[in-house]
Parts: sequence; C-alpha cells; structure tokens
Amino acid sequence: MMSPSSTCIFRFFTFSIIAFACSPSFLSRTLRSSTVTGFLSFLVLAALAEVVQRSGQVPLCSATVFDRALVVQGMIITQLIHRCRSACCVLEIHPLRKLFSTKSSMTSVKQKNAKRIEGLEKNVWVAFTSVASDSSIVNLGQGYPDIPPPSYVTEGLAQAVMVDRLNQYTRGFGHPSLVKALSKVYGKVYGRLIDPFKEILVTVGAYGSLMSSMQALVEEGDEVVIIEPFYDCYVPMVRMAGAKPVLIPLRTKSSKKTNFSSADWVLDQDELASKFNSKTKAIIINTPNNPIGKVFTRSELQVIADLCIKHDVLCFSDEVYEWLIYRGHEHVKIATLPGMWDRTITIGSAGKTFSVTGWKLGWSIGPEHLVKHLQTVMQNTLYACATPLQEAVARGLLHDFELMEQPDCYFSSLAVELQGKRDRLACILQQAGMSPVVPEGGYFMIVDVTALNQDLSHMEEDKPYDYKFVEWMIKEKKLAAIPVTAFCGDESRKQFEKYIRLCFIKQDSTLDAAATILKNWSKA
Amino acid sequence: MSRQLHARRVEGFDKNIWVEFTQLISDYKVVNLGQGFPDFGPPSFMQEAYCNAICGGASMHQYTRAFGYPRLVKIIAKFFGRIMGREIDPMEEVLITVGAYHALFCTFQALVDEGDEVIIVEPFFDCYEPMVMMAGGTPVYIPLKPVITGSALSSADWLLCPEEVASKFNPRTKAIVINTPNNPLGKVFQRDELQMIADLCIKHDVLCISDEVYEWLTYDGEHHIKIASLPGMWERTVTIGSAGKSFCATGWKVGWAMCSGHILKHLKTFHQNSVYHCPTAPQEAVAVGFQREYDVFGTEESYFRQLPAQLHAKRLKLAKSLRSVGLQPILPQGGYFMTTDISSLKVELNDPDTKDEPYDYRFVKWLIKEKGLAAIPVSGFYSPEHRADFQNYIRFCFVKVILLMDIQNESEQYRENYTCKTFFKQIIS
Repeated sequence: MMSPSSTCIFRFFTFSIIAFACSPSFLSRTLRSSTVTGFLSFLVLAALAEVVQRSGQVPLCSATVFDRALVVQGMIITQLIHRCRSACCVLEIHPLRKLFSTKSSMTSVKQKNAKRIEGLEKNVWVAFTSVASDSSIVNLGQGYPDIPPPSYVTEGLAQAVMVDRLNQYTRGFGHPSLVKALSKVYGKVYGRLIDPFKEILVTVGAYGSLMSSMQALVEEGDEVVIIEPFYDCYVPMVRMAGAKPVLIPLRTKSSKKTNFSSADWVLDQDELASKFNSKTKAIIINTPNNPIGKVFTRSELQVIADLCIKHDVLCFSDEVYEWLIYRGHEHVKIATLPGMWDRTITIGSAGKTFSVTGWKLGWSIGPEHLVKHLQTVMQNTLYACATPLQEAVARGLLHDFELMEQPDCYFSSLAVELQGKRDRLACILQQAGMSPVVPEGGYFMIVDVTALNQDLSHMEEDKPYDYKFVEWMIKEKKLAAIPVTAFCGDESRKQFEKYIRLCFIKQDSTLDAAATILKNWSKA
Repeated sequence: MSRQLHARRVEGFDKNIWVEFTQLISDYKVVNLGQGFPDFGPPSFMQEAYCNAICGGASMHQYTRAFGYPRLVKIIAKFFGRIMGREIDPMEEVLITVGAYHALFCTFQALVDEGDEVIIVEPFFDCYEPMVMMAGGTPVYIPLKPVITGSALSSADWLLCPEEVASKFNPRTKAIVINTPNNPLGKVFQRDELQMIADLCIKHDVLCISDEVYEWLTYDGEHHIKIASLPGMWERTVTIGSAGKSFCATGWKVGWAMCSGHILKHLKTFHQNSVYHCPTAPQEAVAVGFQREYDVFGTEESYFRQLPAQLHAKRLKLAKSLRSVGLQPILPQGGYFMTTDISSLKVELNDPDTKDEPYDYRFVKWLIKEKGLAAIPVSGFYSPEHRADFQNYIRFCFVKVILLMDIQNESEQYRENYTCKTFFKQIIS
C-alpha cells in the first residue's frame, strides 16, 4: 500500500486529471476522436475515475470533483457503447444498407443536434396553441386578436399581390417603400431624422429582430440582463447566442389589497445595479411589458439608461405594444433619452400595430454602427422578407401617418377600443373572486387566482401551480389562459405561480363567453 | 461605445454578392439578367389563391401553427410522398420556413457545431459558406470540373472526381451540401453521381443537405432525382424546397425542409427560437397551388411542366445569342441560370474602383455601368482557395420575358430592340 503522503499526491494528481478532463472542450475533442489514441484515452480516464471512486475517503478533494469523476465514468461508458454500435453498423452496411441504416441513424452520434439548441426544445406556445383549434374552448391564451384588421391594410395586400414585380425579391434589408414609411412615422415619433437604409432593418416579425440583434451583438462570455416576467423567447435566444441570461424580477412594492395595477410592479434600483458587471453586454427591456402590461416611466427608464451608460452596455428595447397605451400613461422610447440612441436597438411589429400577427413583419431601428451588424446577420440568414406583405404595411403606415394624433388614426383608435375591453375584463375577473392587475398598456392582463383556493393536489405532475391551474381551467371551465411562470426563471417561480395571463384583444362575443364562464365559476 | 460591439460570428460576412450587385443594378438602368428572379409574375391561379386567402377571414391574418400551416404541410407531405413513394408525416417530417434560405439557416444552426466539417460542392450558392461558418463549422470544398466532350459545353460535362470526394470525408465530417439542379452551372446530378455521394454518407455516417429549389426546371428530358429517395438516405437527408422558385413568386419567401422526424425536431427547436412562425396567408396560397399541381401532375395543365417548357426555349435562345458574339455558354441541364466563359472577349477594364477585384467582378461591373446589362460574376460561387481559377465565368438568368423573340403581337420596333442577337451585339461591340 502507498504511504499516506504518496496517497495524497496520487489522489491530487488523479483528481487534477479528472477535473481537467471534465472541461467541455477536452471532452468533446476526445469523445469525437475515433483513433486508437482516443480509445486509449477513454480507457485511461475510465480507469482513473474508477480509482477515485474506490479510494473511499477523499480529504484532498471536494465532493464536486468526486461526483464529476462518476459522471465522467458514466459518459465514457455510454460513448464506448455508441462507438461500438456505430462501428458494427459501418461493417455491416453494404449488403444490408436498407435494413441497418435506420438503426444506425437512431443511435448515430453524428446526427445529434448542435449544442446551441441544447435544452431549448420546450416552448410554452407550442404546448398551448393546440388549444386554439378547439372551438369549444374560449381562448384568452395566446396573444393574437380575433377581431379583423383594418380593411385598408388587407386591401393593400390584395393590391400588392396583383402587381407582378411585387411578387419577386425586394431589397434584403427592407422593401424601399416600407423603410421609407417607417422612417417617416418614427422620424416624427423620435423627433429625429432616421436614415431608412442605414438605420432600419425589416425582419420576420419582432421575433426576427430579437434574433438578429442577439446573433449580431451577443456572444459567448457575454451576460444579458433580462427583466422578469419576460416574453419567453428572450432567454432561449440569449442562450442560443452562447451568452448568459441574468434575471431581475419586477416586484410589487405596494401594500394595497385591491385595485392592483401594473404600475405597482417596479424594479429595485440597487438590485438592478448589482446585476451589471464588466461582462454585461446588453439589457432587454419590454415596454409595454408582456405579460404584466407595465409601461415604464421616464424616470424608470432613466435609471436603466444611467446604468447602460455607466457600464457601456447596449439596450434592446422591445416596444411591439408601443401604440397600446391607456389613458393617463405615456409610452417613452428609451432611445430618446440622452446618450441612448447610440446604444439602443428599438424593436417594433407590424403584427401588433395593425392586428395582423400572421404577417410576421417587424423592424429594428437604431444607429448605423449597430444596425449594420443586424443587416449582416439578415443577409446570411433569411436574406429578405416577403415583398407583398412589406408593400402592404408601407401603405398602411402612410395611411395612418396622415392621421397621426387624430382619433381616426388606428395607432390610437385601437388603444381606445381596447381600454373598454380591458376594463370590462378586469371587472368580471374581480366579480369572480380573482385579483386582476390592470395593465397600463399592451393587450394582456395578469390575474392572481390565490383567493379562489383551487385545490389542485390531485394533479400530481411536478409543475408550478399556474401551469396546473391553466390545464385544469382549460379542461374543467373551457377557458384558456397562459401560466405566468412561463415568463420567468426558476428562482422567481414562487413569486409568480399564482398568476395567469389573459389576452383581451378579442371580440365582444369572446369576452361575453368568458364572462359567462367566470360568472358561473363557483356554481359548477 | 468603446468595446467591441459585434459578435465574432458576423466577422468577415459583411460583404454579400447580392447586396452589392442589386444596389449597383438599381443605381443604373439595366437589362437585369443578374439576380435570379423572373421579370414576370406568378401564374394567375397563384395570385388568385393569395387574394382568396386575404379575404378568407380573420384567422388568415393571425398566427398559425409554428412549424407550418396545417393545410400546407399536409399537401406537401402528400405531394412529395407520392413522388418518393413513401408516407411522409406532415407534422413530424415537414417544416415550413421563410424561403429555402431560412430552411438552410435552420439546418446549419440546428445540426452544425464548432469543429464540424461540412463538404460543399463548388460552384455553390454563395450563402452555404457563411452559414456553415456562422454555425462554427468548417467548409471543405470539392469542385465540379469540366471534362470537355465535343464542341458544345454542357453542365453535364462538369463532374466530381469520386476519389477526390471520398478523400474529403473524415470523422469530423458532419454533412455534405448538394444543390441539384445546381446554381450557377445548371448541372442535374445523375443517379450514379448521387449514389456515389450516398454511399459515402452512409459509410461515414454523414448528413446530406439537399438544396432542390429548382427541382421542376429540368430540360432535354433530364430527370430530377431526390437523393433522399435512395436506399438508406431518407433518415440522413434534409431536402429543401422553395415555393418561390416552384411558382415564380420569389417575393413570397415560403420554403420548406423535409426529413426524418428525429432530425427535423432539431430544426424545429431552432425555428421556434428564431422566427417561430411564418406568415399565414401566403402559406394558404401555396397550399392551394400544390393541391392544384397534385391534381394535374404529369398532365399538360401542370405548371411544373409548363414552366420548364417555356424556359427551355429561352435557354436555347440565350445560348445561341451568346455564341453569336463569341462567348462560350455552358448549356444548363436544369435551373434558371446559364454560366458563360468570357475569356475570349478582350475588354479594356479601366475602372480604378474595381482594380483589386477578380476579373469577372470587374467585367460584370463594366457590363452594368457601360453597357446596361446585368449578370453575376461566378467566382463569388467559389471558395477563397479556388476563386482565382474561375475568374472567367459570368452567370445569366434566363427566366426573363425580355429574352422572348417570338411575341406575335409586338411591334417591329420592340422586336428589333430586343432580339437577343442584336441586343448582345450591341452590348459587346
């Protein structure tokens, strides 16, 4: 047996190798190799891991390294099995190509997905949109209108389709008539000249703008601050760009018992400041916020702007609901605050502006030195967006530009229409015993269902309360909503799991049907 | 801002041949035989289908199923299932994307990682290279080479060397990208060529990404073969198609990726985290178009048959005109494009702005600025290491009415101005 000192040295040596071997890049290189050297490396690592496991007392190393050794051992064994299978398939492949190819592909190491999408398979929308096709369910879940878009917008599309050349490729970064119309409308809103060709990019929905911004400006080693609750795609997009999401929740500071408003949800300034460090590349803000409907005030945005300037951080401002602001509130563009134009990408959406979510057109507006990188991403990913749709949005924007600040302008008339629906929904939710949070903007309302005391212990799945509540509500009450924990990280679950999100950009008949269900809530 | 702003993944990709040349083309008044899109519209049944979709109720303007509008994925699965002789699951094996471009992007991002090699057959549609690199992969190139038989060059004369292809496969090879019919050459890969590639894919457990956007455009009795239909290939091939190219509606940007569910699920994961949905109304219109084509497939009424018949004649006329002015066109077996050898033309290119660029780039810019004709330089479709060897080719798109010679009702003047031969004589002299 070894002396105590040589045992220590041996263990230290072994653990160091294991710790090094656990680094992802080393493992991936070794595990990919099919040479004899690679194979021998597996055996050595497996043997070392076995030694560690059997060595019992481990005064020199932490449990972490010990556990890692077990994991490494497990991984190596799995890989060895995979490689044996692949080798067998290669050997048998020619005469029995058809028979064995399916088997080999099912266990094929090489047909595995790229690391960037690891763990991103689940998506709350894919899970809940199947509900949309069931007409027996009153769907206040997914955020799209069931009211028709303005007729001049859809007519514009029909007219565009009948012009031959508008059915062919247009300019990659945005159809000229659309970028010029955007420049006109937003030039007025921002109070500055916006270059249609250098400071605007048209994308496949606001979703496409978010993706282009991440891919262009965010990478491995970066951190991105995200405010909870957040539109759920922000985290997977940050992760896909190789960066780390850093979450900070909005919190209710108010001690109110009733009449909750989205204005009650605020950021703790010290907590926010603590999230910024030298690795912070960007912060994503969404105003009006989905799902809460909070409209960030000028002073709140100033706090964020000050941190961005102090730490030299970019701001991605998702403003898709910018026109849906209710009485007494004002939409402020963070890019208009001093020092912010040069570091902000502002994202907008034709789908949300004109109630045509199925058109999937959005835009990014910002300084040339940022937008040019988004344009590079665009030209290497989608190249261009659809021409007829862009032409129609251009015509719609010009139509409403002429009416801006008048009641007829769709940008404001829609908000007026929705205010009534908002107030109505809040009222019927209150009457049913729930506590709605009345939004200052947007077309969603979150509601606290705690007071209903709905017992869901019979539902055994390990899911947050709101997921179970929504599933139960769809099944038992035929009313669909979206669980709010879909919009937050694991650590904030407890804070949000009694809330569900309802969408109120719905026809009166839909809201009537919801009202009936809510009125009869306690009767069933 | 003081720090580096852009992510490293976009470094070196800011130049783009289409952005560069479409800008130039729009700055000058030209006859545009450059970028690949028709100068005519889609068939009227498609425009009608789109208009009907627009009037088809509120749901046509709202989100649809993320992975593809149900009616569209079902008819695509049925249509291609019949061609390939297999049951294709519309929900698990078909993904609708924003053009074939986006299908390619989803495929590379979903399946290619740092350290992976991806074999690309040259000349290639230029986006493959930046897409592979943006996904962290390493492109490995294998050129098609001309083996001249007889006096008329055809795309059939451009071949891969099997030993050279085999030498590019190694344990790091993740995928091979093929494009048939090929852009820019117009080569239609034959069964034995595809089998050679398939054998290597199976032997080395490699994926095949098959860009088949021009699948309906084959001439002179050539037959388009889907590599995914070869034994052992369905489960390792992503087949990419385009409604824009199939129906002459490139501005609609509706494409698809079709493959076995265990691979498609990864493309879906990427898709749902990148654009999530594609526009609804054009998907409905394309579904209507495919249903019609399914019903009349193989008959005289089929657009997929009429279109290549129309283009067949245009292709021959363009080739004849180019030969008449001393150029050597490569007659394409398929696709929209004709590549031409320009080495026999001796032109003084004095533009100081382009003096450091490859010869074909300089020639095309001269053609645009001085002669009012747009083409695309073919060295842009080659890898950096081979570009210098292919500076004498330019590409014309012949899906253009302007090439018609036999318009019955047009005036004499029109005929005179736009007769191919005269036109090219004017250009070249």
